[in-house]
Amino acid sequence: MNRIDKTFKKLKTQNKKAFIPYIMAGDPSLEKTKEFVLLFEECGADIVELGVPFSDPLADGPTIQRAAERALKNGVTLKKVIALVRDLKTKTNIPLVLMTYYNPVFKYGEELFIRDAKDAGVDGVIVPDLPPDEAGGLVRLSKKSDIATIFLLAPTSTEDRIKKVASASRGFIYCVSMTGITGAQLLLDGSIERSINNIRKITDKPIAIGFGVSTPDEAAAVSVISDGVIVGSAILRKAQENSEEGLKDFLLKLREAAR
Amino acid sequence: MKKGYFGQYGGRFVPETLMPALIELEAAYLKSKKDKNFQKELVHLQKTYIGRPTALYFAKRFTERLGGAKIYLKREDLAHTGAHKINNALGQALLAERIGKKRVIAETGAGQHGVATATGAALIGLECDVYMGTEDMKRQALNVFRMRLLGARVIEVPVGSRTLKDAINESLRDWTTNVRTTHYVLGTVFGPHPFPSMVRDFQSVIGKEAKKQILQAEGKLPDYLIACVGGGSNAMGLFHEFLNDDIKMIGVEAGGKGVETGEHAARFAGGSIGVFQGCKTYLLQDDDGNVLGTHSVSAGLDYASIGPEHPYLRDIGRVQYTYATDDEALAAFELLSKTEGIIPALESAHALAETIKLAPKLPKDKIVIVNLSGRGDKDVQHVASIKGIEL
Repeated sequence: MNRIDKTFKKLKTQNKKAFIPYIMAGDPSLEKTKEFVLLFEECGADIVELGVPFSDPLADGPTIQRAAERALKNGVTLKKVIALVRDLKTKTNIPLVLMTYYNPVFKYGEELFIRDAKDAGVDGVIVPDLPPDEAGGLVRLSKKSDIATIFLLAPTSTEDRIKKVASASRGFIYCVSMTGITGAQLLLDGSIERSINNIRKITDKPIAIGFGVSTPDEAAAVSVISDGVIVGSAILRKAQENSEEGLKDFLLKLREAAR
Repeated sequence: MKKGYFGQYGGRFVPETLMPALIELEAAYLKSKKDKNFQKELVHLQKTYIGRPTALYFAKRFTERLGGAKIYLKREDLAHTGAHKINNALGQALLAERIGKKRVIAETGAGQHGVATATGAALIGLECDVYMGTEDMKRQALNVFRMRLLGARVIEVPVGSRTLKDAINESLRDWTTNVRTTHYVLGTVFGPHPFPSMVRDFQSVIGKEAKKQILQAEGKLPDYLIACVGGGSNAMGLFHEFLNDDIKMIGVEAGGKGVETGEHAARFAGGSIGVFQGCKTYLLQDDDGNVLGTHSVSAGLDYASIGPEHPYLRDIGRVQYTYATDDEALAAFELLSKTEGIIPALESAHALAETIKLAPKLPKDKIVIVNLSGRGDKDVQHVASIKGIEL
């Protein structure tokens, strides 16, 4: 069984929700990213999302765009992020998910990518610009290697789309909180709850909510209605303040909130 | 062929948030093709508002100067707003109205598509925001002011290479955020399905008219069609109607400062297959799949990728692709201005540059149609500054 599945199963028996922080690999350095991941684990993260920098991140807001630009300037590539995972796996058992746009994977070659990712210990992949309609190859290869393919659902998703995405997703379903890009303003007006209810009617796979979750209060509000909460831009902003204490405090509060 | 694909190229590579909108758009577009009222309204506006059909003009002095094949210019520069872009923008604005969207957004490089979308929005009464890279706003200042006059908001894109590709990223981000109220008027035969087919269909009026006009003028089909290719909509617009005819077609990319310098936008000469901004196609990228910077003297061709039908037509050998450098385009810009009294857009000047190379090698009874996709007024200031002249 994939370690992401195990994580959600365990959390369920403990009646807890997953806390899934995101960090852009290689910003400000790969060495620092390693420290961040270990800090996340220490602060109670259940799964960590590692961003792979791309030149044209069209689903991301300014915070992650700038982080990607800095990482690219540092020469970070998909290959180097896979090597980082290999290194991290000698130090931690926390499930690691790569969040990458499709072109770096396409250029790498899907087959080679899945082989190297598996070999390094990658547990799952999220490709925000690859809907299941175009992901036949990646889903098939990932399944064989027991790497989870995590697809996204949005508030605009129709019943047909929910069925399609739910059936292709493994590990969990990434539910986008609003129509928008990462780091945008979250709107807690009951609409997320309605979309989650619609999704629950169709699938019993775990659902984690992300995009725009930036405070412990917001994390608490979305974790109540889901199985996990993903926080990216807000953690990146906190990490840039260069206060380990501040970051740690923020992570612990998010962890506390996600239940 | 797989739906939404041209051979192995095309598809729909976008965030899930946009998938329902693309499915809805595809249905509306297919319906509009069969909807007599829609087509009637479109044809009426093409005639009374855009001023179609645009002329097919025999460029006598240009032909004599080159001393070979007869050269005809398809005068899209005479279309309302000064370029072929209005054909698509108006069609999509009508479609946006049909699907109940009150706001349209667009990306623009040279500013022609932005102006065309602002125009369509003003005509129909839609709110309009146009994304444009900082770099392009500088070199196309005239068009920025035109868009504002037309009631559109021009939103500066100061990130990335600050050109067309970054304007498309921002447009896609806006569309993802406002998809419920907004239609994205993509300006070329690019992006996720159905845009490449839909934009081609709206532009195919160019080739349909040209075919009738050349048969009337010469009693036979042309031997060559030549068009510049940025995203590739003016080229597809001209070529589409002739694809089954026994004639040669040439697409001309931006060679910039020369392909060997790396400062160019010749995707076929320097690119490889990738997935970018919604579709699988040719792309200028590095070994890790990051998109490379581009350069062209013409903002409209300064783009790292190309509409997915083009690599398909190239693979099957139907269309041949080449490039013209900045210098060649600038020389063509001046030559057409002096010999014919027509100032071409710098984009179209790339097609003319290829014509200058090809026509002298052809016998005098051969016929070449060049798509004069836009007029050059917008480029006058930029060309003056290149020549070191202060206006």
